[in-house]
Amino acid sequence: MSRDKTNQKSIRSMIQENKSSRSQSAVMEKVVPKIFLICAIISIFTTLGIVFTLLTETFTFFSRISIVEFFTNTRWFPFTSDENADYGIIALVLGTLTVTAIAMVVAIPVGLAVAIYLSEYASAKTRKMIKPILEVLAGIPTIVYGFFALTFVTPLLDKIIPGGISIFNALSPGIVVGIMIIPMIASLSEDAMNAVPNAMREGAMALGATRFEVAIKVVLPAALSGVIASFVLGISRAIGETMIVTIAGGSRPTADINVTESIQTMTAYIVQVSQGDTGYGTTIYYSIYAVGMTLFVFTLIMNLLAQFISRKFREEY
Amino acid sequence: MDITINKQLVQKGEKDQDFTPVFNINNLNLWYGQDHALKDIKFDIPEKQVTAIIGPSGCGKSTFIKTLNRMVEMVPIVRMSGEIVYRDKNIFDPKYGVEELRTQVGMVFQKPNPFPKSIYDNVAYGPRIHGIKNKKVLDEVVEKSLRGAAIWDEVKDRLNENAYGLSGGQQQRLCIARCLAIEPDVILMDEPTSALDPISTLKVEELVQELKKDYSIVIVTHNMQQAARISDRTAFFLNGEVVEYTDTSTLFSNPSDKRTEDYITGRFG
Repeated sequence: MSRDKTNQKSIRSMIQENKSSRSQSAVMEKVVPKIFLICAIISIFTTLGIVFTLLTETFTFFSRISIVEFFTNTRWFPFTSDENADYGIIALVLGTLTVTAIAMVVAIPVGLAVAIYLSEYASAKTRKMIKPILEVLAGIPTIVYGFFALTFVTPLLDKIIPGGISIFNALSPGIVVGIMIIPMIASLSEDAMNAVPNAMREGAMALGATRFEVAIKVVLPAALSGVIASFVLGISRAIGETMIVTIAGGSRPTADINVTESIQTMTAYIVQVSQGDTGYGTTIYYSIYAVGMTLFVFTLIMNLLAQFISRKFREEY
Repeated sequence: MDITINKQLVQKGEKDQDFTPVFNINNLNLWYGQDHALKDIKFDIPEKQVTAIIGPSGCGKSTFIKTLNRMVEMVPIVRMSGEIVYRDKNIFDPKYGVEELRTQVGMVFQKPNPFPKSIYDNVAYGPRIHGIKNKKVLDEVVEKSLRGAAIWDEVKDRLNENAYGLSGGQQQRLCIARCLAIEPDVILMDEPTSALDPISTLKVEELVQELKKDYSIVIVTHNMQQAARISDRTAFFLNGEVVEYTDTSTLFSNPSDKRTEDYITGRFG
């Protein structure tokens, strides 16, 4: 015992020794936060740079096409001679909104039902099985969803809908974008509902509430801010979705909403122009920046809306 | 030798009971997986009296009270045998719905658990889920329940504020009001004052005395003084068994079992 003490240094003396050789770690303490700060600044400046590029090119576009025409014309026909071209964003915006609306009609009820099932009904075992499957669904590349829409859903709809459906249409990509979003809404909503303390469920059950009443009237309202945030993220995702609508939606911008006919969304238009042989400096070239800017404003509004709604509906517990 | 005599005494005490029971518990056994948490529980709970359940941590008293409204079944691995008869009906009878039972047998929990809604909506929640929508009726129920839980004067001017703005003691009385709103027959209280300060505790204790005029109350408590102060009968639980169950005054002044005596004199627990 006593020999141990003489041979081995005590922990205290080892700590003391290490402390004196700490100069190296003191430098780290000072440098590391600066590196982190630089990383943060880089991401902020990248964002600012993107917004700046968008803005300058958009201004060039509006120096050629009046902003009034851009927002009031209902026709979008850029691929013609310059004097006949129409740049009415409404046609593209309606294409995007149609697909988004169809997607949300599919994704919100199903995603919410999945979330309620997982959080309120499923046993731990079932949840362990279903959650990874959902995550796999979220990991499928969107191009695959696009072909799924074009080669499976569209022919199926063609059989179901009396009078048939065009090969390119709004309905099929809308449904498939909805399917793509389901895991996101289900997973985020389930997280929000899972975070509701069990004591609240017990309180309601002790009053004779059924499981469904507990889910709908206690858990869902308590988790509403998270649930609505998941909806809005879903909507943002649908608005920005590109591959599925490019492949299955077609390329005919129109302001008449007919879900069985070909449409074009803002994203699909940008793809179309980027892939084509449009020359630098042409009006068409600048138009994709104006469309991109519109898209950016849309998602920005959605995000602000999400924050506002989740603050308004928050039930503190 | 001692123990056999004591057992006889206990049984004699049970036979001599002169009350109308709301609950008859017969040979209730309960397991959590392999863990035998309640062992051959057998006793009757009187109507319109306060029955206290005391015992050290882990003795099964919370588990027991949660079997009375079948909340214990929220634990997935639980198994039970025996019977609990509530007003001549076996509560484990599949024909007797668990929701129906819970409208009769209300519960107040250890930690106040109001819903994240307004004070009004908290109290109106129970009547609403059972189909009462008339605003006037709800207003009356809310006022009556809040008065019944001795909190009306403190909250009457802010019924639309979130319940989480109340103090812990007020929240607990709000939870009692929420429970009263569906006019239960029995109120189960699982250590209702263990998260409260002494003054709030006193208020809840006084409330329990008021409530027993209209309701049968079963209260689990860690606090022996509390059991002595507010209950008419007391059951002492130890390791999942009922060691002794009798009048509160008898149990505290003249316990018939050595283990009860050791516990109430503070030798363990």
